[in-house]
Amino acid sequence: MTLTVLLFASYADALGTSSLALQLPAEARVSDLVAQVRALPGAEGLPLAPLVAVNQRYARSDQRLSAGDEVALIPPVAGG
Amino acid sequence: MRSALVHAPIDVSALIAEVSGARNGAIVVFLGTVREVNDGRAVTGIDYRAYEAMAERELAAIAGEAAERWGSPDVVVEHRLGALTLGEVSVAIVAAHPRRAPAFEVGRFVIEELKRRVPVWKLEHYVDGTREWVGSTAIGPEASGVGRGPLGESR
Repeated sequence: MTLTVLLFASYADALGTSSLALQLPAEARVSDLVAQVRALPGAEGLPLAPLVAVNQRYARSDQRLSAGDEVALIPPVAGG
Repeated sequence: MRSALVHAPIDVSALIAEVSGARNGAIVVFLGTVREVNDGRAVTGIDYRAYEAMAERELAAIAGEAAERWGSPDVVVEHRLGALTLGEVSVAIVAAHPRRAPAFEVGRFVIEELKRRVPVWKLEHYVDGTREWVGSTAIGPEASGVGRGPLGESR
């Protein structure tokens, strides 16, 4: 399945884009997606386990992904 | 209760009016403002960015949790996005309650949860012309942060 991954702030700068289209096997988990992103040029500085949101909710690394999910990598938040 | 991301200056008086009423005996206002120095560096302004759809959802969840936990629907929170100059209000929380202690507690709860969970980022601009994402300096395996994460886990 193809999933779109949204990137923000320092992660978008590091990878030079605000969204990625990744090809993942069916039944892939959040950790599989993170591993793919971390293998991309520019991603060397990303944490081993960055925060991930699936469909706008924080997700655990073992959560399974489905086609059509909205996935986002969330850099350390700094609101307020 | 109400929450919003806004792109224009926050009208604090309007927020106070929104929660005012004879049922309440206390209104607590918290304003977050742009500070001139951060980590020893002179700041000229901050660009606030967000994952807007999720930030709106998290803000609404926090306001809802506060209203339920302290039994008062009279809480409003607005977070501003875009380019802010020194001293401008970036976030406003107004909590009204029949009693003052819970009003303070609601204000504290909302700002602490906001800083922990709401996907907003600060791009700080410095006097020397450089700029940097706040909290990203230690980008790397150790940078997942300290304290309690958004999932409630120890980190």
